[in-house]
This record gives sequence, C-alpha cells and structure tokens, in this order.
Amino acid sequence: MSRKSYAIAIRDVLAEEMRRDDRVFVMGEDIAEQGGIYGCTRGLLEEFGPDRVRNTPISEAAFVGAGVGAALAGMRPVVELMYMDFAFVAADQILNQAAKIRYMYGGKATLPLVIRGQQGVGRGNAATHSQSIEAIFMHIPGLKVVMPSTPADAAGLLRTALRDNNPIMFFEHKILYNTKGEVPDDPDFMIPFGKANIVKEGKDATVIATSQYVGRAEKVAKQLEKEGISVEVIDPRTLVPFDTETVVNSVKKTGRAVVVHEAHKCGGVGAEIASIIMEEAFNYLDAPVIRLGAKSCPLPFNLGLENAVVPQEDDIEKAVKSVLYK
Amino acid sequence: MDKERLLWIYRKMQEIRKFEEKALELFEADKLRGSVHLYIGEEAIAATVCSLLKDTDYITSTHRGHGHCIAKGAELAPALAELMGKATGYCQGRGGSMHIADVTKGNLGANAIVGGGIPIAVGGALAAKLRGTDQVAVSFFGDGASNEGTAHESMNLASVWKLPVIFICENNGFGISTPVKQSTSVEDISVRSAAYDMPGYTVDGNDVLAINEVVTKAIERARKGEGPTLIECKTYRWLGHWTGDPQVYRTKEEVDAWKEKCPIKRLRNHLLENKISTEEEIQKIDEEVIAAVEYAEKFALESPEPDPSTAMDYVFYEN
Repeated sequence: MSRKSYAIAIRDVLAEEMRRDDRVFVMGEDIAEQGGIYGCTRGLLEEFGPDRVRNTPISEAAFVGAGVGAALAGMRPVVELMYMDFAFVAADQILNQAAKIRYMYGGKATLPLVIRGQQGVGRGNAATHSQSIEAIFMHIPGLKVVMPSTPADAAGLLRTALRDNNPIMFFEHKILYNTKGEVPDDPDFMIPFGKANIVKEGKDATVIATSQYVGRAEKVAKQLEKEGISVEVIDPRTLVPFDTETVVNSVKKTGRAVVVHEAHKCGGVGAEIASIIMEEAFNYLDAPVIRLGAKSCPLPFNLGLENAVVPQEDDIEKAVKSVLYK
Repeated sequence: MDKERLLWIYRKMQEIRKFEEKALELFEADKLRGSVHLYIGEEAIAATVCSLLKDTDYITSTHRGHGHCIAKGAELAPALAELMGKATGYCQGRGGSMHIADVTKGNLGANAIVGGGIPIAVGGALAAKLRGTDQVAVSFFGDGASNEGTAHESMNLASVWKLPVIFICENNGFGISTPVKQSTSVEDISVRSAAYDMPGYTVDGNDVLAINEVVTKAIERARKGEGPTLIECKTYRWLGHWTGDPQVYRTKEEVDAWKEKCPIKRLRNHLLENKISTEEEIQKIDEEVIAAVEYAEKFALESPEPDPSTAMDYVFYEN
C-alpha cells in the first residue's frame, strides 16, 4: 500500500498502463507540459513522449471524435476533458457515435475508449464548470459510467476502465483530487465494474451516495451512530453497470433508503435508484425513499449560493431521520 | 492508370448504380423501410478514391454511404440484407442503410450524423501515425458537412498533427433542399484548405481520371507523413435527398443536364474510344454486376428477420 492523493492515484495508473500496453495513449487540453490543470497527467510527457501524450487544440468534438476513430482502429485512447461540462461540446461524438457504434455495427466493432475528467462544485467555477452530468450518460445506452470516490477506487476503477473494451465515461471530482488514502501497489489492482462498495455497514437505514457525497454520507453516518442510529452507506462506484443486488439487499435489510448526489435531483441518478428500490424491494420499505440532489437551478458562483443549491450534510442527517420517522 | 484498375473502377461504379437501383425498387415495393439516401450520379468519387486504397487504409462515410461501402469492399448481399434489416445484414439489422461498416476492410463506418465521421477518420489516421505504419484515412463528407464544426476542427487537428487524412468533400449541390450558394461562404469548398495550411483541389467529381490525379497526389503526401489534403469533387445527385424527396428545389432540365454527364457512361466511352477495353469486355462486367445484384436481392429477400430476443445483443462488448 502507498498513501497518495486521488490525482496521483489516477496519474500512476495511467503511467503503469501506458508502460504495460503501447496502444494506450492520452490526449486532451494542456495535458502534456502542464500535466493537466489538476496534475493527473504530470510527468507522462517526460516518460512517454509527445506522440503518446498529446496536447490538443481546444476542439473537443474533433479530439473526442479522434479518440473514437483511434479506438475503432485498434488503439486504446484516453481522452481527458478539462471539465466534464465540455462533454456537451463533443456530445455528438460521445452520445451518437461512441455509445452506439458497436450496436449499430452489429457487434463488428470494438471501441476501447476512456473519456475522463473532473466535474462538480467546490471551486467557485459557476454554472458551466461545476455541473455533475453523469445522469445523461447513464441514460444513453452503450456507455459505462464510473464515479470513483476515493484514491483507491480511482486507481482500481481506472485500471479496469483502461482494460475494458467499451467506451467509458470516468467522472472524477475536482474537490477529491487532493484527498489522500491508501492505494494498493499491485500493478494489476482492479475493482470490477458493477460491484458497489459497502462503505459502512448499518442496520437502520441505507444511504446510497456517489462521488464526493460518499465521504460526506459516511461522516453523517458516524455522527448518527452516536445517537444510536445505525446507517449503512453504499457507494455504487459504477452507475453503468449498476449493482442492483447490493443496493436492494441492503434496503431489504434496513427497510429505509436515502439517495444523495450532487447532480440535479430532477431527472438525476437518484430517481433511477429510487425506482429500482421501489421495483425490487417495495414490500420491504418502511418509508418512502428520499432523494437528495441539487435544486433545479444552474450552479451559482457565490459559495453561499452554491451551498444553498447542493445538498448539505444537515440535509443528509434530516433525510435519514425522516425515513426513520424521527 | 492501368487497364486493370480502370476496369475495377468501372465495375465498382456499376455495382453501386445497380445496387442502388435495386434498393430503390425494393423501397418502392415496400420491402425496405426507413430512409435510403442514394448516391446515383456520384459513383466516380467512391470508386476512384477506393481504387487507390489498400484494405488496411481507413475510410469514414456518410448517410449517403452505399457507394463508399461497396467501393471499400462491402459485399452486395449482406449490404442489401442490411438495408432490409435482415439477420444476415452487415449489422444484423441494427444499423440499416446509414450504418454499414466493416472494420476488417478498413471501413470505419457510414454515419447518419452530418459531419459525424470526419473526426473519426482523423482518429484512424492518428492510430496509423502512432503505430508508425503508412496507412491513410479518407473522410468522405458532403458540401453540407463542410459547414459543420467537426469539419473545421478536424482539418485543423489533422494539419497540426500532420496526420495522413484525405478529406474528400463530395459537393453535390444541395444540403437536402438548400442550394450550396445559400449555405456556404465560398464557391469552391477546397479554398478552405488554405485556412488549415494544407493543399486543396477542386475537381470534376464525375471524371475518374481527374479524381485519380489529385487523390493519388494526396495519398502520396499522406503516406510520406506530410499531412492532410482537402479535395472537393463537384458532382450531382440525380435522385432526391431521400427516396420521398419532392425535389421542389430544382428543375427536371437541370437534373437531365447532369444525367448527360453520367460518370459511368463517361468512363465507358473513355475505355472504348481509347481502345483500352472492348464492348464485349464491358458488357461482360455489366452482366456480372447484374447477376451479383440479382443474387444479393434473392439473398436479402430470403434471409431471416433477426430474432427479437436478440434485440439487446451488442450494446456492450462482453469482456
């Protein structure tokens, strides 16, 4: 085990996989000399050279599309989006091309493409650089959707992504980059997709949280423990594929569920998870499922306004108490 | 150009023409659903360009893609079966007319989104460059796509990275019903190459020899690692944008005038006038093509529908 940050965990896996497989290469805006604006590719240029570590023009549609083409042509590209919000600039290449090509071609093409980058609030980047947009990519069939919440998960999930033969949206969170944790040194350390992490076991209520809200939910769960409330915290880790079994088994045990994420509540992943629980565990529920997510409002610049829009730890605590009728 | 390649081009043009005439006939007989965008009148471009490519070279194509697919090696029977949505089709009924691909032959796919295939061709060329091979990638696109952001971004990217891409703009005069003059800032789309510091050529897209000359140069440049080229081929689509197009935007006289410039007839005359080939030899090709299309029709009509229980197959690669 080594103690490292979420950003360094990502960088190390990129480097290890580039050493292991010369089909892997990275491209994106300011990723070469600068090493990416959050340092996730720092040092790669020096080791692998400018062919495999490519600064792109600010042309998201072209370089994401070039990733699609290079993957079809036998390479294993990793495309960094500086902000995941920019995926909308390349939306056609992701949603109409990458997601659908294998299916449209009747299985006669393989598209091993990882599109990775950070999203979310926390750095005062305002509405077009603070969104959490994973639900859109979960909605369109053909993409795997990954959301690591810790340095170890970032490492294990990224390695799985890099060895997968499908197009993958890998959502990092900007405020997690500096968080530190123990990461296995095993160069084959992988976390399988579709396997949720039971972050904390509990028996009274289940909280399903993603990305930075996993840590926040865990913190709330520890506080509630002192009040005699035992909360189980589950991190799905991947939204596609989704580990229905772990979530449903937990809810069958606790009878109560809260889903929390940073993305907008309306049409968000929480709605899907709540519906899965309703479909699979309705008879076990002792209270309606509560969803927490950002209000239907663009993310504001001002910190106070931003906090007013996205869920707070207080909201998680209240929601847990509410499903327990406390 | 040697006789063998000229006859290959002639055969491919006839295959495309007869294949599409059959597709139209099947569509009109309600045996084929969806929308079918026919390439009739533009065959010289796909056939000539692909005659200069190897199986290992890449192409990306368009919604009007039957010609590119056939010229890049697609077999007529599974192609027609795909147009009919059959289980034996190239995409097993999942893609239809606008999504035929055969990666094993370097066809990275037709593409129903205007401009969608252009960056994908750039990616094929990038793969070639990273592997250090002399493969090239051809991006076929229309005059309409030349106004998409992806066209401009892709030309810039290919130029900056000196990628082996040949951008082939098939200017057939209309984006659906809108004439090029109403939609496009320049008379000759090839002049846009100057903005991306690459050579640009405008050629008669119905003239096999003219296309051959500039595409040969562009491919040589690409294989030598000198970067991309933009070639505009001016041509004309004889039929509507799609099979149900009322064609209010042009006159019958205009269409008839272009039919006089039929690229197939033109090549045929060239072959005969220059005694490169004989009536008998050409007629034999025509007969073989007609037989191949008849076989494809029989194959497609007799092929089974895909099993509805397989509808979810191929969403993901199963690792």
